[in-house]
Amino acid sequence: MPDWLQLMLTSLWPLLRAGLILTVPLAILSFVLGLGAGLLTAVVRLFAPKPLAAIAGFYVWIIRGTPLLVQLFVIFYGLPSAGILIDAFPAALIGFTLNVGAYTSEVIRAALTSISKGQWEAAYSIGMTTRQAMLRTILPQATRVAVPPLGNTFISLVKDTSLAAAITVPELFQQAQRIVAVTYEPLILYIEAALIYLVFSSVLTALQTRLETQFGRYGGFLERQK
Amino acid sequence: MIRLSDIEKRFSGNLVLKGVGLTVEEGAVTALIGPSGSGKSTLLRCANLLETPDAGAVEIGDLRVDFSADRRPSQADSLRVRRRTGMIFQNFQLFPHRRVVENVMEGLVTVQKWPKARARERAMDLLGKVGMAEKAEAWPATLSGGQQQRVAIARALAPSPALILCDEPTSALDPELAEEVVDVLRTLAAEGATMLMATHDLRLARSVARHVAFLEGGEIVEEGQPDAIFGNPREPRTMRFVRSLGL
Repeated sequence: MPDWLQLMLTSLWPLLRAGLILTVPLAILSFVLGLGAGLLTAVVRLFAPKPLAAIAGFYVWIIRGTPLLVQLFVIFYGLPSAGILIDAFPAALIGFTLNVGAYTSEVIRAALTSISKGQWEAAYSIGMTTRQAMLRTILPQATRVAVPPLGNTFISLVKDTSLAAAITVPELFQQAQRIVAVTYEPLILYIEAALIYLVFSSVLTALQTRLETQFGRYGGFLERQK
Repeated sequence: MIRLSDIEKRFSGNLVLKGVGLTVEEGAVTALIGPSGSGKSTLLRCANLLETPDAGAVEIGDLRVDFSADRRPSQADSLRVRRRTGMIFQNFQLFPHRRVVENVMEGLVTVQKWPKARARERAMDLLGKVGMAEKAEAWPATLSGGQQQRVAIARALAPSPALILCDEPTSALDPELAEEVVDVLRTLAAEGATMLMATHDLRLARSVARHVAFLEGGEIVEEGQPDAIFGNPREPRTMRFVRSLGL
């Protein structure tokens, strides 16, 4: 067996393990929490009184206008100077959640506004409250619209979790860096790390396609010609 | 008693309804006719508060809601009015993510809190009535316009509303598809449904309405029996409109 393959095989488990216990949970948790934050932000921007909507808009502006790496540094290295000490993993979780929240809020806002006013009126005309109309009529249709761009956000997030290495989270990429520090084989290890990220994102892409089919089963959209 | 009184409605300062009063005879169809922009759709939408009138009152049976420019009706008032009315839209507005039968059940289950089995039974009865029972499990996107409108009629009828509002129910349809919708509406009329219908479709107005009101420029110019309005209008404006329809 060539040396490089030997090295890849012996590093596989440490890398995969770091991926499964840190990268994947970090991505899933921050996506779920971020999606909640995004939905809330979108609803506030669309329906809440102006001052509240302005606060939500400010949040989106700050997060989208500054680099994710800088945000993580502010939370992990900066906040302690203000007396706020957060461990590495929660700091990363907060950073990614805020980031996902800002980006998904725009996706969700666009999806909600893409549903015609006539659907609101149809819901109202059978006696629904605004809440019922939102939950039963608008949100399910908006979900269909939002799934592809949300899938995009999620896949970006999985890859962005590698930035957590910079704030000492021992996730997949940092694990690769550690092995490189001992073996001096950056090419092999970083390619191996890249391949593991590729596997993770491919699984997620397949999942996204299934979700799209599930939410789009009612038809009425442009479909790829066979 | 179903009555709209002194309904005023402004859109960005423009007075589009100038104090319209109309009594809807129960158990009969009242048609609203008039040129585009005359306010017929707006009047209809004021009747179930999709538009909030700036003045006037809506009465449906023992329910009365008064409007003024400085007081919006409460959500409770809106819900009470809407639970006594059903609406049929020009472009159907079925819920595309729900199957045909679920569209009809939606108001019963979500609003009236009926058990699903009972709601499904009523929905199937109504779909049978509009000739759509075989399509109960279809998605709306797979239906023709006429079929969609018949399902929309069943959806509007499901909660047994005291008043059915029809906003140009046949204008988005080809003549032969319109015909199947007219047939269903005619049957409803014959069974004594109370309807208020804005329409351009003269055949529809003539064949189902017992009373016709001609609206122009945000006011009712003339009203009466269909034969009188279409055959022998008194007002010159009505005459001009009826003639423009090429009767």
